[in-house]
Amino acid sequence: MIVAKRKPFDEIMELLQDYKKVLTVGCGTCVAVCLAGGEKEVAVLNSELDMARKLADNPIELGSTTLERQCDREYLDELASKVDEYDALLSMACGVGIQFLAERYPEKPVLPAVDTSGLAVNQSVGFYEERCRSCQQCVLGWTGGICPVTMCAKGLYNGPCGGTNLGSCEIDPEQPCAWYMIHERLAKQGRIDNIKNICSAVGWKDTVPRTLIQPGYKKPEEEGA
Amino acid sequence: MRLDYPANIKIILVPCTGKVDVVHLLRAIQKGADGAYCVGCLEGSCHYNEGNLRCRERVNHVRDLLEEVGIEGDRVRMYNLSSGEGPTFAQYATEMTEHIKKLGPNPLNTKLKN
Repeated sequence: MIVAKRKPFDEIMELLQDYKKVLTVGCGTCVAVCLAGGEKEVAVLNSELDMARKLADNPIELGSTTLERQCDREYLDELASKVDEYDALLSMACGVGIQFLAERYPEKPVLPAVDTSGLAVNQSVGFYEERCRSCQQCVLGWTGGICPVTMCAKGLYNGPCGGTNLGSCEIDPEQPCAWYMIHERLAKQGRIDNIKNICSAVGWKDTVPRTLIQPGYKKPEEEGA
Repeated sequence: MRLDYPANIKIILVPCTGKVDVVHLLRAIQKGADGAYCVGCLEGSCHYNEGNLRCRERVNHVRDLLEEVGIEGDRVRMYNLSSGEGPTFAQYATEMTEHIKKLGPNPLNTKLKN
């Protein structure tokens, strides 16, 4: 899932300093599961903001709502009747949700309350580890299910590099070498030859926003064509 | 036992201190309480195994959040006792009251009146 961390409180205060009436919008999906921007976190943040602004003699009126998802237009539409009442929207969704909210209500300032960190696994409650950089060129089939883009400090598709050191990475003895792990797992599975497969470089130069259309689907504007 | 404890204490019953959430404690202070404290079972003897331990974590978190806001984190505390320790309950109530009196009123109260 997508994981995020709440921004430092002072930064949120600074973002909101000129606004008197703000709607805090949580997201009930990924950021709720990773305890960063769900209904509870909205309540906690609003409580803190209310107290801090009173103490600063600059009171703020805060509304709160948590949408099922902020990355779906149909859920964003639920805010249509409320948005006009507020000076700004404070989104606790991931970077995707924040942008989609801003796009849906372009006349309102939309401010982020979280920093999105990536795609991670849930190792324990409140403990998440990144596993995927969504490079759109998955090589896990050749690498024993270990992502070299995420786990290798250099993001090498073909490794290891000369910095591998008895299972550790040269950047930190505590950091495992991704390609060492890949070698060990492939060896255990009896398919060590897979490591010889040369993976071509990713076309990072195409840094335009990527789109995804699943088989059998079309863009809405192409539906009638 | 007919024990006395300060009349300013308002007791809110919960089934286990594990039920106490961060926002409950924050809202107590937000609404003007000078202090708030949780009294849980002794550590290691939670009927639900770790309710009181979770409460302590949350209390510590709230203390940090209040400091961020500009309010003394020490207005929120955690105490532990067993259900048979009536005198200790009264002692903690007195201790907390004296502690809060030393800190003075909730700084929000002067603002709330304006």
